Amino acid sequence: MTNKTLVQISKDLAAGEYSSREITQDIIADIKARDSIYNSFISLSEDLALTQADAADARLTAGTADILTGVPFAHKDLFCTQGQVTTAASKMLANFVPPYESTVGQRLLSAGAVCVGKTNMDEFAMGSSNESSFFGAVKNPWDLNAVPGGSSGGSAAAVAAGLVPAATGTDTGGSIRQPASFCNLTGIKPTYGRVSRFGIIAYASSLDQAGPMCQTAEDAAIMLNAMAGFDELDSTSVQQETPDFTADLNLPLQGLKIGLPKEFFGSGLNPQVAECIMNAVKQIEGLGAQIIDISLPNLELSIPAYYVIAPSEASSNLSRFDGVRYGYRCDQPEDLMDLYCRTRAEGFGTEVKRRIMVGTYALSEGYYDAYYLKAQRIRRLIKDDFTRALSQVDVIMGPVAPTPAFDLGSNSKDPVAMYLEDIYTLSANMAGIPAMSTPAGFVNGRPVGLQIMGNYFAEAKLLNIAHQYQQVTDWHLQIPTSKGMPVSNEEKGA
Amino acid sequence: MALENADIEKIAILARLQVINSETNDYANSISSILSLIDQMQQVDTDGVEPLSNPHDATQRLRKDEVTCDNQREAFIAIAPATEDGLYLVPKVLD
Repeated sequence: MTNKTLVQISKDLAAGEYSSREITQDIIADIKARDSIYNSFISLSEDLALTQADAADARLTAGTADILTGVPFAHKDLFCTQGQVTTAASKMLANFVPPYESTVGQRLLSAGAVCVGKTNMDEFAMGSSNESSFFGAVKNPWDLNAVPGGSSGGSAAAVAAGLVPAATGTDTGGSIRQPASFCNLTGIKPTYGRVSRFGIIAYASSLDQAGPMCQTAEDAAIMLNAMAGFDELDSTSVQQETPDFTADLNLPLQGLKIGLPKEFFGSGLNPQVAECIMNAVKQIEGLGAQIIDISLPNLELSIPAYYVIAPSEASSNLSRFDGVRYGYRCDQPEDLMDLYCRTRAEGFGTEVKRRIMVGTYALSEGYYDAYYLKAQRIRRLIKDDFTRALSQVDVIMGPVAPTPAFDLGSNSKDPVAMYLEDIYTLSANMAGIPAMSTPAGFVNGRPVGLQIMGNYFAEAKLLNIAHQYQQVTDWHLQIPTSKGMPVSNEEKGA
Repeated sequence: MALENADIEKIAILARLQVINSETNDYANSISSILSLIDQMQQVDTDGVEPLSNPHDATQRLRKDEVTCDNQREAFIAIAPATEDGLYLVPKVLD
């Protein structure tokens, strides 16, 4: 059952090869048997999943099934799931069972998809390696000594290991694209406001966006069709028509203008990663595209500006965790202040506390203009860079990350070193444009992703390019062995 | 900008976080290095640049002030760490 695409499972279900209940049971048994290697799941929702699978089987029998009806998937444990523990990988929420479902979760349930469990992540989505989880680090299926990326590292590892065909992720500064790159997946961060944030535990509200992590661009388009759409319950949801994201997958790339920003290919980029990216770009040029050199002069400023805006918004969002209404509460509080301070000290991990303090400092009296407002002004400079570039070209390409997946433990002691890893992903969140990662090669057995960024609401164009590239390459078909060396699906006979 | 231990203690109170003495130094060091990274911003001239708070420059969408969902008091009280008679419990605030 492993490493089948969503499309394949959907076809099998329609043909009656197996029922949704059967594949759901198989997948849950497989996760129980193998996930001790990766630690990609925080919880399984076996009972809920089987109920959903039975409802899906009834729809399949009645002929009212959608493409996702009966197809199993996993949620990043940042999405509130009604009746299923939702932790944000934090001790603070280790016992939190939400009384409601996120809008994305509700949309996937309505489509008939079956949620088998909740995936591991960096605590409150703060991290680039999945090492800040209260439930332990996740291992990269391609190399068990490597991180899977973060913060959606559990989702990435689960799909890469063939435990589930697809998973949801969220991306505040690269948290879908970087783990997709590190684990050889297709992942897309949509335009800000395209997918509802309602019911997704907030990190930095002006940057957060949810999207799918899958094996192929076609699967990602199908998932995004179910996930996207205007939502009254999210005040920043955009009232924009949602297209069929699969409609343009087969368009030819003739005449496509690709911008290559020189700032994406500077001295910080691993030369072997650069080679993978340039090979991919040349192959896409061979499909009829034209390459144009461009510049995003303020790219480097995305790091300092992001590490003001995100912690500032986080310090505000995470003030809700007070030990009163839900989640962790310290024992025997002396008074209200002690209840707040000790609950939060005991409930949050080090990186979360660090970001709350940075944000608190940046927003404190006398520093607001120098930090938060300054960062927001720089944010506009970054957006203007993209607006200018995207008036010249259709899409922008470059690496997702400066290196392939790094070793577990190698950056975890130095927050600034970890932040610098985000150099190529932060700017898309700052501007709010869509961006994705698609598999583009390997360096020493560790995957490398090609980043494709486009104009606001151009997700279908990005998915079209990734799909066309996947028609002429087989990087996305490579699956990891237990030794972490690539083999193709055909060799494995999957 | 380097922070002293006293700064960390002040920030921790504002953030409602108890920081124990043995952690203060680590936070002072790591947050100081983050602030030096952030201080790169100060070299940029942003005079006349409007701050961007929403990528679409959108403003808050308002809705009609009307009841749109049922009272879910029971469901919310059920997940609280300490309640009595349908109310949240906190340590005594007034003597």
